[in-house]
Amino acid sequence: MTQHVKSTSATFDTGELDRRGPEVAGPLPAGPARSRLSWFMLAVGLIAALALPWIIYPPVAMDIAAWALFAISVDLLLGYTGLLSFGHAAFWGSSSYVTGLIAIHWGLPFPLAILGGMLFAMAIAVPIGYLSVRRTGIYFAMVTLAFAQMVYFVANQLSDLTGGENGLQAIPRSFFGIDSVENDSFTFYYAAIALILLGTWAAWRIVHSPFGRVLVAIRDNPARARALGYDVDRYKIIVFVLSAGLAGLAGGVFAISHGFTSLQELEWTTSGKVVLITVLGGIGTLWGGPLGAAIVVTLEDKLTSSGFEGTGIILGSIFVVIVLLFRHGIWGTVADLLHRRTDPRPNPGE
Amino acid sequence: MSAFVQYTVQGLAAGGFYALAALGLAVIFGVLGVVNFSHGACYMLGAVAAAVLLDVLHVHFWVALAVVPILLFLVGVLMERLLIRWLLRLDPLYNFLLTFGLSLILVDVVKRRYGVSGLPYERPAGLDGQLHLGGIGLPTYSVFVCLLSLVVCGLVWVLLTKTRVGMIVRASTEDADRTRALGINVGRWVTPVFGFGIALAGLAGVMAAPFRAITADMGGNFVIILFAVVVIGGLGSILGAVVAGFLVGLVEAYGQAYAPTFAQVAIFVLMAGVVLFRPAGLFGRDESA
Repeated sequence: MTQHVKSTSATFDTGELDRRGPEVAGPLPAGPARSRLSWFMLAVGLIAALALPWIIYPPVAMDIAAWALFAISVDLLLGYTGLLSFGHAAFWGSSSYVTGLIAIHWGLPFPLAILGGMLFAMAIAVPIGYLSVRRTGIYFAMVTLAFAQMVYFVANQLSDLTGGENGLQAIPRSFFGIDSVENDSFTFYYAAIALILLGTWAAWRIVHSPFGRVLVAIRDNPARARALGYDVDRYKIIVFVLSAGLAGLAGGVFAISHGFTSLQELEWTTSGKVVLITVLGGIGTLWGGPLGAAIVVTLEDKLTSSGFEGTGIILGSIFVVIVLLFRHGIWGTVADLLHRRTDPRPNPGE
Repeated sequence: MSAFVQYTVQGLAAGGFYALAALGLAVIFGVLGVVNFSHGACYMLGAVAAAVLLDVLHVHFWVALAVVPILLFLVGVLMERLLIRWLLRLDPLYNFLLTFGLSLILVDVVKRRYGVSGLPYERPAGLDGQLHLGGIGLPTYSVFVCLLSLVVCGLVWVLLTKTRVGMIVRASTEDADRTRALGINVGRWVTPVFGFGIALAGLAGVMAAPFRAITADMGGNFVIILFAVVVIGGLGSILGAVVAGFLVGLVEAYGQAYAPTFAQVAIFVLMAGVVLFRPAGLFGRDESA
């Protein structure tokens, strides 16, 4: 009977996998209750962002803000377009280098240096996005991961420019000669948070625009979006580049805040960490990113300062638990509960 | 000419590791639809296990070659039973993330126990010298790695295409429901197949032990190259995984020899070319999306 089994046919069917998508948190309660809740949350979010450096050490507060925007950039792809980028460190890290180089060699004020870094991240996102959107689902994650590793190797090779293993040291924090911003991390926080909030606002605008609605349509049913006449790949490339820009903005702020950057910011573990933050907070919400960033950055800070060297054990365990039990993340779980309280109908998504 | 042959053997040896591990990745993906991010960590566990067995129990390389894959098989069975299983019905991204979390844990556990500096492992007697073939000196161990990985890949090929078990495994990947309708318990094969894939990664790890620096981080870059390998070969394809594994090994070796600056980048350029011109991979089926 074996002659019926062609020996060249040890190929597995992979088509079905593209049809499923990541679970996204349920929508918030509809109607006036929703809009009241949105404004309330917006106010809480703003107050939290402004009060943060009073509560915790300002450089750590800055880290939380930068990682929050970084996570939002990942959520723009994962939560709103259904694409898991496992290579976003390429944009965060390369922007941190370009920001640092501009600040060191040209001495420009830091917002301009960050703008340069951000533009660079968007520029390299064009070819990476163009190639990566040819695959969907799990393939997209693998391809973006591989391209990010390529960026890492290139940065490692260009050691004359990037400092190789040593990274970029002594990045100045120039800001129009205003001494308190340049030298005091508390005041600097308020100068830099403006950039982070600007990026967050941009993400909010993208999500709530007609463009954003098309993205969600692509996430939920790519074939239907295509049938309706939308150029799906084009939309994906555009949102990929926009997302890279936000990741670049966050990476630039991070580099200026720390005064140095290293290859670690380009490593695949950084890509993994931002995905962890996004999933922990809850995807498809925009609020999940800041929440996840606050938890993970604070936890890491506490673990490092207590001398514990197994951060990966803790972060990995969180990842495993979240993926197994709380796939909607913290924000999503809370939103689901609210949803259940205000709407007694069973949620068909569950 | 002799230098070229040496680079080729070196490339085929490096490719042997990729081919074996990518084969494990492809088998697991085929049957479970899971892309196992912890494959690099399992490769690392294989190498560390070989080193620890040698150091503590004086288990010889040849014995480790058989024992470590069995140990890793058990690790794989545990992973599948306790964790992977619960997410099989969901989007494969979740198991990708789960195994990523697992590999963070495994790497840091090994790092805490054995430190960040490499564990020593001597090349086994009989495989440490040079082999002279037609006036060209070749490191015996590299030749051994090439041959052994080819033999193992061949055995897996025979297992999948010529035996009843292989037929069941392939049938359940083609169409699990219809296979069930024919009276075959598909669920029974999920756990052993996962364990088998992990065991292949472990085997690659043991073979790498006398050849590479054994550190907790050795699997990190390895697994990313593996992803590039399966993207090049076509994720669902067994043949693709093996051919692309050796191909990537050769590209890496020639790169290191003739253009060391771009050696590591070359692999990803190759992958970019495949994604551009043949998105389904060299041996993959076209997606009819």
